[in-house]
Amino acid sequence: MSIKTEARRAVTNAVTIAPDRGESGRSRRAARRPLVGSAVLIFGAIYCLVPVLWVLVASTKSNSELFTTFTFLPGTGLAENFSDLFSYGGGVFGLWAMNSLIFAGFGALLSTLISTMAGYALAKFQFPGRQVWFYTILAGVLLPGITLAIPQYLLMSKIGLAGTYWSVLLPCLISPFGIFLARVYAASAIPSEMMEAARIDGAGDARVFTSIALPMMVPGMVTIFLLQFVGIWNNFLLPFIMLSDEAKYPLTVGLYTLLSKGSGTPSLYSLAIIGAAVSIIPLIIMMLVLQRYWRLDLVSGGLKG
Amino acid sequence: MSIDTLARTSRAKRKISARRWLVPYVFLSPAGLLFVVFLAIPIIYAIYLSFRGMHVSGGGPFGVREETWVGFENYIRTFTDAEFFAGFGRLAIYGVIAVPVTLGLALLFALLLDLPRVRAARFSRIAIFVPYAVPGVIASLLWGFLYLPSTSPLNWILNQLGFADLEVLTGGALFPAVANIAIWSGVGFNMIIIYTSLRGIPNELHEAARIDGASEWQIAWRIKIPLVAPALVLTGLFSLIGTLQLYGEPTTLRPMTNEISQTWVPLMKITRDAFARDDLSLAAASSVVLAIGTLVVSVVLLRMTQKKAFGDGS
Repeated sequence: MSIKTEARRAVTNAVTIAPDRGESGRSRRAARRPLVGSAVLIFGAIYCLVPVLWVLVASTKSNSELFTTFTFLPGTGLAENFSDLFSYGGGVFGLWAMNSLIFAGFGALLSTLISTMAGYALAKFQFPGRQVWFYTILAGVLLPGITLAIPQYLLMSKIGLAGTYWSVLLPCLISPFGIFLARVYAASAIPSEMMEAARIDGAGDARVFTSIALPMMVPGMVTIFLLQFVGIWNNFLLPFIMLSDEAKYPLTVGLYTLLSKGSGTPSLYSLAIIGAAVSIIPLIIMMLVLQRYWRLDLVSGGLKG
Repeated sequence: MSIDTLARTSRAKRKISARRWLVPYVFLSPAGLLFVVFLAIPIIYAIYLSFRGMHVSGGGPFGVREETWVGFENYIRTFTDAEFFAGFGRLAIYGVIAVPVTLGLALLFALLLDLPRVRAARFSRIAIFVPYAVPGVIASLLWGFLYLPSTSPLNWILNQLGFADLEVLTGGALFPAVANIAIWSGVGFNMIIIYTSLRGIPNELHEAARIDGASEWQIAWRIKIPLVAPALVLTGLFSLIGTLQLYGEPTTLRPMTNEISQTWVPLMKITRDAFARDDLSLAAASSVVLAIGTLVVSVVLLRMTQKKAFGDGS
């Protein structure tokens, strides 16, 4: 059996019910189900799901139930919490959700495009300074993005952008890791012969890029997009530092302020809890739906042709 | 045909070849521009600021505070700042727990998922990956409530059995409690990376080993783990960088406990200096120290592991 079919089978198995990788005629030893292994995995799954289950259950509790009933017993306050959440501060929670969507959506889309173009240039063109660019970008991968947040803030306030949407959106657009992934993906996914053939047929560089390179890079781009989307959605320090107007906060910063206010007024606890529940559910659903399109072998370095 | 048109065509040709030379730079330019504006300039600006400081010139009541060049004064202040280094100490305790446990669990789960005929593999894989979608701040909020004596399910059970509450956010339990949040958030992503890497190993290798009578343990130790070493280096590197950037989790937990100070980890102290104390020069110097430290640690790790992850630069 060729490696290719083997790999395809591995992929289908990963997507369908994974375990049946072996055929029936395999050795006896392999036919035995590893029970301890399964138990450990299920234990890990429970560990990872408990806090999510907790927040779903706790979001149904009224404030008094939160501290009096058993934690995993549903309460009766779901509808009330829900309407409280969306009416809090004149509907500011809805704004936070929309801001998160704007930052993560536009940020990830644009940074994917920018990374793809840069990765394509670094992988498919010979030009002076190519290696210098590449190593500079690699250094950018190693540099903790968050250490930059304060100098970025200083710079933004110098040019008068601090506190605006741009101050959060623009720094998110440059993703050294995205460029690195795009370069790796472009190098293996786009055959140079095909680019040459298109050039001989008279296609310009813009056309080679849009009608040959881009379609071939789509799986890599989806991965970069999702990584960036989750990264920006989950970002806390940058918007926390840049923004002062509550109406511009993304969910992370908004919920944080809600919780830190809540330490004085416990009535805000149940708001923070239902807010957390409402803000993680869409992302979890998105991840589950899109998981088969992720090419995480790109991240693991296992990408070979 | 006149000389004029000839000249024009040759000029046009030259233009085209000049444009050809430009093409890769055009593709690179948006990234390059953003790289310069949002990475290079802030770094340079931070370095510049770290050498500046407020000094009082003139004497007595007529002294004027002005910003001047102060040389290495801010770096001396950073390096002699006990609280800054206490922050690194706390970070070290936290990292010693968080990094090995995250990677160990991720590797264990990935290897188990890769076993033939393991049960509930798909369910577990998805469930363990779910926390990746939960922002660090919200993860801290969730765990914070699970730790809080009044809402902790563990304490509810303990109370029913007649035991006293278990205090998680105080004393020696604080570090494992904070590390647990990072472990919970990080295991799934690292597991998927290692697992994808395991899937990339040709099945023939396992087959051959099985025919030779190797146990699954031996296959894991002798074949799988060495072959996924690059993925392990990569995940290790990310975990390490993530550790040095610890900020959101302790900041979110602060309202729930008295034991997390405003300067609990270096990044918290840096933001306090910059915003609460308005001491931007000190914050800039500390940022530079933290960034250089991270870079050095990363490079050392990569060298030690023979550049397995990022080796191919050609």
